[in-house]
Amino acid sequence: MIHALLTGFGSALAPENLLFAVVGVLLGTAVGVLPGIGPAMTVALLLPVTYNVSPSAALIMFAGIYYGGMYGGSTTSILLNTPGESSSVITALEGNKMAKGGRAAQALATAAIGSFVAGTIGTVLLIALAPTVAEWVVVLGAPSYFALMLLALLAVTTVLGSSKLRGFISLALGLTIGLVGTTTGQARLTFDNPLLADGIDIVVVAVAIFAVGEALWVAAHLRRRPLEIIPVGRPWMDRTDWGRSWKPWLRGTAYGFPFGALPAGGAEMPTFLSYITERRLAGRHRAEFGKGAIEGVAGPEAANNASAAGTLVPLLAIGLPTTATAAVILAAMQSYGLQPGPQLFEAEPELVWTLLASLFVANTLLLVINLPLAPVWARLLRIPRPYLYAGILFFAVLGAYSVNFQWFDVALLSLFGALGFAMRRFGLPVLPLIVGVILGPRLEEQLAQALQLSQGDVSALWSEPVAVIVYVVIAALLLAPIVLRLMPGRQGPERLEDQVDALEEEVRS
Amino acid sequence: MTVVVGWTSDARGQAALVRGAEEARAHGEPLVVVNATSGTAAVDDRFAGADDVSGVRALLDSLGVQAEVRQPVVRDVTEALLAVAEEVDASMLVIGIRHRSPVGKLLMGSTAQRLLLDARCPVLAVKAKEPAGR
Repeated sequence: MIHALLTGFGSALAPENLLFAVVGVLLGTAVGVLPGIGPAMTVALLLPVTYNVSPSAALIMFAGIYYGGMYGGSTTSILLNTPGESSSVITALEGNKMAKGGRAAQALATAAIGSFVAGTIGTVLLIALAPTVAEWVVVLGAPSYFALMLLALLAVTTVLGSSKLRGFISLALGLTIGLVGTTTGQARLTFDNPLLADGIDIVVVAVAIFAVGEALWVAAHLRRRPLEIIPVGRPWMDRTDWGRSWKPWLRGTAYGFPFGALPAGGAEMPTFLSYITERRLAGRHRAEFGKGAIEGVAGPEAANNASAAGTLVPLLAIGLPTTATAAVILAAMQSYGLQPGPQLFEAEPELVWTLLASLFVANTLLLVINLPLAPVWARLLRIPRPYLYAGILFFAVLGAYSVNFQWFDVALLSLFGALGFAMRRFGLPVLPLIVGVILGPRLEEQLAQALQLSQGDVSALWSEPVAVIVYVVIAALLLAPIVLRLMPGRQGPERLEDQVDALEEEVRS
Repeated sequence: MTVVVGWTSDARGQAALVRGAEEARAHGEPLVVVNATSGTAAVDDRFAGADDVSGVRALLDSLGVQAEVRQPVVRDVTEALLAVAEEVDASMLVIGIRHRSPVGKLLMGSTAQRLLLDARCPVLAVKAKEPAGR
């Protein structure tokens, strides 16, 4: 393994790959800083552009964007009190208070260094775990994969977001879009249109939902009162700041990585838990919470980077995406002809290890470009939105057209763009749709395979122990909220968003 | 009659504000300070923050000028300023101007030029104190 990793480093540090890593982290930081534009949209927009480069270079760039987005989001949270990314919502609580109290430099420093520490530890854990997990799941049969994918679909739908109903509506939309085509031999939802026979390209859907939907949403809310940005110099920390930061970094990592690796991952939950923990453990600094405690920035920022590393475990080892960005990266791998999942380590060892090594490279690059350059990144916020989104729409249309060089894809782009706008308008989460579009066809494939082997016997679906365990987990996931609500004296688990709202109110008052 | 100041939270805006306040006091007229933004960027350096606004209020109070500060988010900053001037029947519009590169003017247009040409009242254009050596 060490040898494989060293070979990976050799390849990751080759000029071409290094260049793509630099481009990736620069882009990632930029989109992280800008509210409304995130790594998922960026990766989707860049997908068509990468058809001409090697898959490993493209994946290195995407990984850089993913990690970079986690760094960039904190800058906006701290200086502007508006999170650049959903993973940085919690950072704004203490980070902006620190900035207002003249400690913006320290807040940015603990966020950047904490992200680096967490990203590095997370990547080490990823390298230690992913091959083991891959080895473990490679022996599983179709029934187990079917169960695992079902779990991932239900988890992203029910655990995150404000409303389960909205989550399921979004999932149903995604699965329906995934049905279009004639891959099963039957024409489904093709409306007798030969252009729909091959199904709808995932690039078109992802670009439409993330880029066009967001652009329309911004166009509908174009004029907003500008926010006050807190001027800041070069980030730095003194001895006491280091002393108060290192434990929250490690604890944040401990929260972030496992949550990222779980199907119900994402970065929101671990950042929230990290904040709560730091506040409880703050001791004599307890009174500083709500007024700008450095622990409240260090912990959550470490947690969101560690979760990004954690997300790559199921993505690389099982082929299961747990966040929107991971879902788009998975779509990218499929479009390069790579089969994501446990076989990837066997079939493409060079690519996998180059990617893993490049994560260390990206993480180090991010620390180097973020620590001294934070004020420069903040200048991006002065770009008028019409210019930004004109560029995004241009790339979106270009990207959709270049998939098959057909006007029809641009028409689909407009249609799904309108859907993306409507989803934002009515508060439907985007993640279940994207994961549904990508996992839906693969779920069906596994189901067909399982039933083919058993010659149509449905009981084959629970013939493997792993499948049974996963079904138990699914049942627990679906039933737990109901059972807890029915239990006397209990109110049932509160939703994460409500808890975050309550926390924000408490802190701001 | 009223004196209207086009204020931006930078040096030239400050110069316009001070001059506008002097004019208002000299003529015994009320003052309307307009700090407009198109609101299309997340951050607009020329749009005053809460601290700047309270600083201006304190300054105007100390000068004994009856003043109103408006911060509209509008489609077009120039038109908004002209509309305020019409609305309050301005006796004078005070604006701050600065050097612009030809390319910058070509790309962005000039708010000051449009104000000078389109305003129905006299326009007083003032410059910020140039930094030494320029």
